[in-house]
Amino acid sequence: MKALILATLVILAGVTASPAADTAKVDAAIVAAFPSVLADWKSRFDQDETMKQCSASQNAPKQDVAAEINKREKAKIEYPADGKLLGDWKSGEKLAQSGYGLRFTDIPARQPDGGNCYACHQLTKAEVSYGTVGPSLLGYGKVRKFSEADTKAAYEKIYNAQASYACSNMPRFGTNHVLTIDQIKDLVALVMSPDSPANK
Amino acid sequence: MQIRLTIAAACLGLVTLGAPARAQSDNDIEKGIEQYRRMLKEDPWSNPGLLDADRGEALWKTPAGPNKVSLEKCDLGKGAGVVDGAFAELPKYFADAGRVMDLETRLMWCMEKLQGAVHADLVKKPYPAGGQPVKDLGAIATYVASKSSGMKYAATLDQPQEQAAVELGHTIFFRRQGPHDFACATCHNESGKRIRLQGLPHLSDPKEAKEVVGQWPAYRVSTTQVMTMQHRLYDCYWQMRMPELQIGSDVSVALISYLTKNAEGGEIASPGLKR
Repeated sequence: MKALILATLVILAGVTASPAADTAKVDAAIVAAFPSVLADWKSRFDQDETMKQCSASQNAPKQDVAAEINKREKAKIEYPADGKLLGDWKSGEKLAQSGYGLRFTDIPARQPDGGNCYACHQLTKAEVSYGTVGPSLLGYGKVRKFSEADTKAAYEKIYNAQASYACSNMPRFGTNHVLTIDQIKDLVALVMSPDSPANK
Repeated sequence: MQIRLTIAAACLGLVTLGAPARAQSDNDIEKGIEQYRRMLKEDPWSNPGLLDADRGEALWKTPAGPNKVSLEKCDLGKGAGVVDGAFAELPKYFADAGRVMDLETRLMWCMEKLQGAVHADLVKKPYPAGGQPVKDLGAIATYVASKSSGMKYAATLDQPQEQAAVELGHTIFFRRQGPHDFACATCHNESGKRIRLQGLPHLSDPKEAKEVVGQWPAYRVSTTQVMTMQHRLYDCYWQMRMPELQIGSDVSVALISYLTKNAEGGEIASPGLKR
């Protein structure tokens, strides 16, 4: 274990921008603070380049860094093989309600991981228990006239929010494998279908 | 007291269960939450956390552990056995331990050094399951914190080791990690935001930190138990999809140091009452 930490320190010190010592110290403290970690969870300690840039800038990256993040994250988006972006809004509503998944109390998984959209967004008039960390999405598709371009943008936003908004607070649901492509299609339907309660 | 708690719990149910709330407008719901908060504040003696503070006081004075001694010689920073006002000056650097410690970490150190407790046992399962009372360590922490209630945070955090802890905590506050890219800052770096209906304090802002940090340990009506600051952080990392944060780790001590620095000059009102 000690050797592993040391090796990690050496690698990180070599690749991260200054102040390298501080970053290595922080990373080592994180590794040491979660000693009961499962082997396949250890990657959760690591930061990819985007996480590093967002952490270092306190989520306010300079314009050139933001553009770099947009470009890098956009390249990570995968699309449905059949090109259809609209799934089933009813399944999407269930996903939007569920905050289940990927917590240490969720092992072994007893149900599919949720998107927990309502934690941060208003989506429908019926659900009044919604958060405000993200903008209200009530009427999202309607005000965009259900256009094809905006449907694609909604898919991309859910798959990887940082492709359009660097250091967004929103998880990169597709890229980080929190949600599947089919689940993301169902959420696209929730915000972009004319018959979805989000647009009523 | 029992009646007041029942009313408060009923009010909470109305707000969170959703069914009756669906018919209400957003404004009514906000008002309901406000009314509930007022009820919690109106009669401080209705706070069940005070029972845990009493239990903690008895535990502090009771011989325990392999050495069969009490904690009455524990030095919380103001000299052996001084409890009054000790919490207001924590976290701090302890030369005898060679590290910065918050209240719970220092209590564990005293349990080890004075009572002969084994460190691995202390950190194994330090927090209660939902609905269970706070464990002994947390009860003692509640007692000690309550003995600084009404005082202002006076932790100087100016020693080099303390400054390093605050800086580490500051960096960790903004460190994004895990499958959701979450950092503390994801939820606590803006004013007036909510997760579902739960308000989120802007903890990097001294003004809001002063209002809330000193309320921990706090009694939570939703889980009917006292939650300590270390437990609060453990629960945040659970939400952040990280593994179990170890009590007394450098990360938790650093975050508490950072939050306490932000709350400097704020009033301690522990045990607080939370949803």
